[in-house]
Amino acid sequence: MTYLAKPRLHHPSLTVNKVGYTRRDYEGKISTLCAGCGHDSISAAIIQACWELDIEPHRVAKLSGIGCSSKTPDYFLGASHGFNTVHGRMPSVLTGANLANRDLLYLGVSGDGDSASIGLGQFAHAMRRGVNMVYLVENNGVYGLTKGQFSATADQGSKSKKGVVNSDSPVDLVALALQLGATYVARGFSGDKAQLVPLIKGAIGHGGAAFIDIISPCVAFNNHAGSTKSYDYVREHNESVNRIDFITGRDEITASYAPGEVIEVVQHDGSSLRFRKLQADYDPTDRYAALSYMNAHQARGEVVTGLLYVDQLATDLHVALNTGDIPLNKLDARKLCPGARVLDKLNTSLR
Amino acid sequence: MKKRIEAVNDFVIKFANVNGSGSASANELFAKAILRMGVPVSPRNIFPSNIQGLPTWYEARVSDKGYQGRRGGIDMMVAMNPQTWDADVAELEPGGYLFYDSTRPMPASKFREDIHVIGMPLTEICNAVYSDPRQRQLFKNIVYVGALSVLLEIESAVIEKLFGEQYKGKEKLMASNVQALHLGRDFASEHLEAPLGIRVQRSDQVGRKIFVDGNSAAALGCVYGGATVAAWYPITPSSSVAEAFQSYCAKYRVDPETGRNNYAIVQAEDEIASIGMVVGAGWNGARAFTTTSGPGVSLMTEFLGLAYFAEIPVTIINVQRGGPSTGMPTRTQQADLISCAYASHGDTKHVMLLPEDPHECFEHAAAALDLAERLQTPVFVMTDLDIGMNQRLCEPFAWDDSRSYDRGKVMSAEELEAGKDFGRYKDVDGDGIPWRTLPGTHPSKGSYFTRGTTRNAYAQYSERGPDYIYNVQRLLKKFETAAALVPQPVLRPAARKTPLGVIYFGSTSPAMHEALDVLGEAGIHLDALRLRAFPFPAVVAQFLAAHDKIFVVEQNRDAQMHCLLVNELDADPARLVRVLHYDGTPITARFITSAITQHAQARAALQQETRELS
Repeated sequence: MTYLAKPRLHHPSLTVNKVGYTRRDYEGKISTLCAGCGHDSISAAIIQACWELDIEPHRVAKLSGIGCSSKTPDYFLGASHGFNTVHGRMPSVLTGANLANRDLLYLGVSGDGDSASIGLGQFAHAMRRGVNMVYLVENNGVYGLTKGQFSATADQGSKSKKGVVNSDSPVDLVALALQLGATYVARGFSGDKAQLVPLIKGAIGHGGAAFIDIISPCVAFNNHAGSTKSYDYVREHNESVNRIDFITGRDEITASYAPGEVIEVVQHDGSSLRFRKLQADYDPTDRYAALSYMNAHQARGEVVTGLLYVDQLATDLHVALNTGDIPLNKLDARKLCPGARVLDKLNTSLR
Repeated sequence: MKKRIEAVNDFVIKFANVNGSGSASANELFAKAILRMGVPVSPRNIFPSNIQGLPTWYEARVSDKGYQGRRGGIDMMVAMNPQTWDADVAELEPGGYLFYDSTRPMPASKFREDIHVIGMPLTEICNAVYSDPRQRQLFKNIVYVGALSVLLEIESAVIEKLFGEQYKGKEKLMASNVQALHLGRDFASEHLEAPLGIRVQRSDQVGRKIFVDGNSAAALGCVYGGATVAAWYPITPSSSVAEAFQSYCAKYRVDPETGRNNYAIVQAEDEIASIGMVVGAGWNGARAFTTTSGPGVSLMTEFLGLAYFAEIPVTIINVQRGGPSTGMPTRTQQADLISCAYASHGDTKHVMLLPEDPHECFEHAAAALDLAERLQTPVFVMTDLDIGMNQRLCEPFAWDDSRSYDRGKVMSAEELEAGKDFGRYKDVDGDGIPWRTLPGTHPSKGSYFTRGTTRNAYAQYSERGPDYIYNVQRLLKKFETAAALVPQPVLRPAARKTPLGVIYFGSTSPAMHEALDVLGEAGIHLDALRLRAFPFPAVVAQFLAAHDKIFVVEQNRDAQMHCLLVNELDADPARLVRVLHYDGTPITARFITSAITQHAQARAALQQETRELS
């Protein structure tokens, strides 16, 4: 955590983005998490992604559940509305908020306890429905705020700080998201910002249910030998399947790649994702191949990262519900109330 | 000589059927035909938690005086279910009428000496005319309606007109129903003694009233009240609220130009997700509601505490059923009062509206959406299975086109821009209700972090005692404001001055009105106050103070309204008398009359004794 507040005064030379904000305008309150917490790196990556994408901060709604990860929305995008809901139930609140106003960007921030233990059901159903959102799980395999109990994503055989060995099988949120119909599925590592920022940008431009599982080591309770969510372990076992560049429609494509090395996927909002393949046999547009690749590599103890799956034809819950373009929270009685004459007719039919 | 019940436009008829046999629509047709003759009817479905095979009953009370409560006692039984024969026959009043399918002979021991038995070979008649087994079953119901129309003098033309409306454009179906009706009528005219001592005579007591169930009415109230987001999870007896909302929206809420929906309905994975979605939508400025019953409310309580504390508009239609636990899912009670009034941990209090009939289900649903936004808090509409799932004759729905929605205190971008001070949890108007902003309103002003943890008046995290006290005291003040805004109680003064009062609410209403008439005729006079909401408006305390004894009539075991009166108003328990009905059937006028009469007589005897002693 940062103990000293940075001055609010901006240096005049700070770069301004297309909507007139500096990167600092995307910051929030001072973090109260532990120094070195992976979550703070993720907050920084969110700030970077939003600034680079020229998103007006107040057009973002940040929602979270309960836990260390769920506190973080207070530490970025201070000009956005935030909602720290109840434990494990962020997905339903986000779904309702999204139904009310389809024009905002919905950022759901959760943790492994919040999404894989108490909130596994809501996580699953939000993916099934295809809610248009960026759903981030800051995954450290441990309950930090209650001081170090295993969470449901802790690997079988991994060791707690107190030396207890976890005997339960882990919940793999990426595999679940793939199975349940999420249309953008990625895994990142809080220690690799260069990979994480484009993953978040891709999710923001996606237009459907986008999920990123971010391994985010807990320096206080899960960063020791025997943990499979420590900085050291993830660095050693990180198997990145691709590197993506996020390209907005306006950007000119300058880099050149050898044929076969690159896949380009155009997303809902016209932006493109360009993949540089790091693993020749990996195809991020095949849901079932992605699942089987992951299973095979995870069985070898590898942490598969990168953009694992994207469906460029993704739609969302609003499409399924056929809701109008005007957000529901902006409709007035003229649009919503059928009026007295209709009611009289209805009365007649009930006699 | 054997007694014979004689009554015109004043009797109770009960149909004993098998669930899934198609009897429901025939029975409804029967009730509607009587209504169309200008005679009030109140039917009640008594059904099991089952789709096919178990016993089901339809009890219709015909009352020229317009009494719609359950009366108690049966004057005529249409016994179509062998499984329940013995109990059905036993339930008849002496001198009553038993109508049954006589295709298979029944031993004499299966009947009673003191009732009038009318046998008709329904199965035989249908088997002779129809070859398809399903038709035989379905038309048997229409054939008995035909026979009953002769026995009770219900006009055939009225029933045929109803067929015409029901099967408009499906002439073949209409013709076959008319044929079945006449099969029954012809047999009855030829072979049965008609009319019975009980019968129907054209009257003019229905007027402009409508015949509708409370769940449809509540759903329509949500449409008129401007709800755009509904999230729900199927549960008896509330599912039909969501289903009716869906079908009204499909009719009235599809944009005629774009063909797109001005509503969103999600069937959630459970009640926790349902209320979560409603909280999210309410936070984001859409009018949202969920519909559920007791077990669902239990699941929702954590979120209800959040909505109370973070001050988010939420509307919940609770169609109460018999509890606790799974309880009696297809029976009625008013037993969720305490679990809703104080839902969630810590000090919480919620607003509850208490509709008496479908008309008020409509009114209160629309009012709840306004109140939830005005007060920024959860508002329950506490209906129950008796009014929710039964059609009831009630005042027509009404809407004033000049009425606008009360969106409450929402600060606009212009107000923020002009520099208006925004303290999300600050009482600036003295009514305990703070101002809120909606996400996305202003680029740099008015954003805040919503949370269930304590905070200061500017929504900043704080566990300081004074900040906490300020906030929870303000919430209490807001609750006082609510008492003035909710639907106010309705007083029915006694014919003469009396020290006795009675408090009642919700679906007890029709039985209570009838009981008050009967008690009044017997010389027992009571001032009656019908509660329409919680928190209690000031007149409730005044009513309590103005009477020596106050009966509190409710449909639960633990006297929950009585508890709320004692708890919230410091009412003297010694002056309150509990009148409790909780076997799962709707409360009857006979039950209330008898409970109050006994108490009044004991009181009179005691007063007499005191006088003699002194």
